[in-house]
Amino acid sequence: MTGGMPGPAPHDRMHPTGRRNKQGIRIDPEAEVTHEPRQAVLSALVKHKPGVLSEVSALFSRRQFNIESLTVGPTVDDDTARMTILIEEPEPGIDQAKKQLRKLVPVIEVTELDPTALRRELALIKVGGEKPDDVNAVAEMYDGQAVDASTDSVTVEITGSKQKIDAAVEAFKQFDVQEVVRTGAAALERGPTTLEKHD
Amino acid sequence: MSEHAKAPADEETTADETDEQAPVTTGAQSVVRALENAGAEYIFGVQGGAIMPVYDALYDSDLNHVTMAHEQGASHAADAYGIVTGKPGVCFATSGPGATNLVTGIADANMDSDPMIALTGQVPTEFVGNDAFQETDTVGITQPVTKESYFAADSDTVGDDVGEAFALADAGRQGPTLVDLPKDITQGETDVEPAEATTPDTYDVQEEADDEAVQEAAEALAAADRPVILSGGGVIKADASPALREFAMEYEIPVITTMPGIGSFPEDHELSLEWAGMHGTGYANMAISNTDCLLAIGTRFDDRLTGGVDSFAPDAEVIHVDIDPAEISKNIYADYPLIGDAREVLRQLFDAMPRAPDVDEWREQCQTWKDEYPMTYDTPDDEPLKPQYVVEKFSDMTPDDTIVCTGVGQHQMWASQFWEYTEPRTWVSSHGLGTMGYGVPAAIGAKLAAPDQEVVCFDGDGSFLMTVQGLSVAVREQLDITYVVLNNEAVGMVRQWQDGFYEGRRMASEYPWIPQFDKLAEAFGARGFRLEAQEDVEETIEAAREYDGPSVIDAHIDPGENVFPMVPSGGDNGKFALQEDHLEEL
Repeated sequence: MTGGMPGPAPHDRMHPTGRRNKQGIRIDPEAEVTHEPRQAVLSALVKHKPGVLSEVSALFSRRQFNIESLTVGPTVDDDTARMTILIEEPEPGIDQAKKQLRKLVPVIEVTELDPTALRRELALIKVGGEKPDDVNAVAEMYDGQAVDASTDSVTVEITGSKQKIDAAVEAFKQFDVQEVVRTGAAALERGPTTLEKHD
Repeated sequence: MSEHAKAPADEETTADETDEQAPVTTGAQSVVRALENAGAEYIFGVQGGAIMPVYDALYDSDLNHVTMAHEQGASHAADAYGIVTGKPGVCFATSGPGATNLVTGIADANMDSDPMIALTGQVPTEFVGNDAFQETDTVGITQPVTKESYFAADSDTVGDDVGEAFALADAGRQGPTLVDLPKDITQGETDVEPAEATTPDTYDVQEEADDEAVQEAAEALAAADRPVILSGGGVIKADASPALREFAMEYEIPVITTMPGIGSFPEDHELSLEWAGMHGTGYANMAISNTDCLLAIGTRFDDRLTGGVDSFAPDAEVIHVDIDPAEISKNIYADYPLIGDAREVLRQLFDAMPRAPDVDEWREQCQTWKDEYPMTYDTPDDEPLKPQYVVEKFSDMTPDDTIVCTGVGQHQMWASQFWEYTEPRTWVSSHGLGTMGYGVPAAIGAKLAAPDQEVVCFDGDGSFLMTVQGLSVAVREQLDITYVVLNNEAVGMVRQWQDGFYEGRRMASEYPWIPQFDKLAEAFGARGFRLEAQEDVEETIEAAREYDGPSVIDAHIDPGENVFPMVPSGGDNGKFALQEDHLEEL
């Protein structure tokens, strides 16, 4: 025999009426409230030193944040690099991702960019060399250009928003697409706002 | 307590001369100097190839090194030292297996925000990446479980790395840091003394909460009908226990602690409801379920505390005080987020309270729950020894400042339920990571941190076996620790779950044979006692306490005893089971 502590049984006790959702937010007990995921562009200034990229990407993986792309590159300051991270999460997840990022020691500053921020991605698309003129024509439609050609292949460069590149890749499928590489988004706020001067 | 024989010249040096430190000549000396500058006293470690230069530099240092029997023990001892002193504990290991053996203790410290710095040897820089002998990617392995892991790249700055890592472990929300030390860097020549240690320039800590937010939170608390304070481990870490006591007693608000918060508020005070969560008291769980305003301080709302998030304090507005912004609204949404140091924010709240909440009725209700759900257990004469009785008796027989360490499992729950804690930093346990084997080495760290306080370690037979080799250290260092193995010849907590949730299918939870721990203790050079009967409890405890050195009481307890109350995993705190058959109803 074990336990045997006194006291009313579980269902004979006073019990509150409220309820929380999965994010721990109090909600109307009668209504089902869920947060829909949305896309957010996070821009982070980080120390430019070994290991930072792995520290940031490991954070997203171990906390199960849904990440679409992550790009990193140097800035005008040799000691600082800039990361652009596209995530898709419900609102509380986006907030949490920002806070967890800020907590990493090599991270200097994190902000979420406005949905109107400039976002550019670059793609290189290698297709078969049978119809170079047609390839060029399609490339021009997407403000792209052929950057390499051989007898068997043409490689085209396209820059633009994710949607534009999605469309371009789709359009090039009429040719024999051999390889595609995309950089993921780089993004900056429009107007004079910078990461250091974010309000 | 240092184990190696000092060179004769050292002993003849006068006090004046030792004040003047010899200039550093190697990276390793710079590492040791940085630890000395940071105020470190003890190092828990194990020697090995890649860390040898640092050990060589220790030869000339006044730092006390305790050679542990296993690197895992080194990290747990350092962790416990950090809990008891409030300052980072230091552990050393060599590269490869030394470093990987530390990882459990580092992860443990990370989960519980215990201040700790780990220094690991590494293969020489030119071999890094070549899969050299005893090479592992220590920074890569430990980065997810530290505040930051450093890779030392230069003999001139390696001391600065160590200084910064030490400062970072101690700053803000405390936690473990690591510096990986390639052998060529520590062996390399340098005459650069470590600079004054600072935290990294990117590391900000907000000490005080926004005044307006404090005011709003205070108004909400004052207007509450059923307020409760939930005091977490952060209260102890911030040395905010006196501020908490002052606040709670002034405004007469009932106090619940989390498990890591045990000791932050005296459990013998009428406002105390002890601790809430999976095996918390019935009255704490009733109060936390029914509160309408929860002032939570220094807690991360772990799932063992909250149970199912949907049913956690569902009527409560939550005021969440935490020094780590990433904890705010992570698990439980904070209606009033107050970012800051627990002690500072409690002071701010104290001043901002417009009046005390009107809680006479609520306190009566809490008292009713205390009467309805007392922490009791059966002690019929014809039954085997009850673990709760052993804990309770020990608690009665020892001073208030006695430090209790534990392993992880049923014994840990009984030790937290039936010991009466009144002082901060007297409860040393593994909470977040739940590391079986924590107890034996933790008690070593705790005893060295507080040599004038009594140290008792409750352990389970399974937990004890995992790190029992640490007894050799306790004996060598002549540490007066009483280990009590609450021996039910099983991994009891797993067995309890199997009985409750797996139809009694006891897979790999019972030991068909278990060593005689009293005799094992004697083999190590400790004093061993075997305890079987309730009437012998007092006498055995007294004998073990009187023995000046480590002793082990092998207490053969009722193997049928389980831990109650119990909120099943993910369950509703208000619907705790008081006995086995309640579990079926939930």
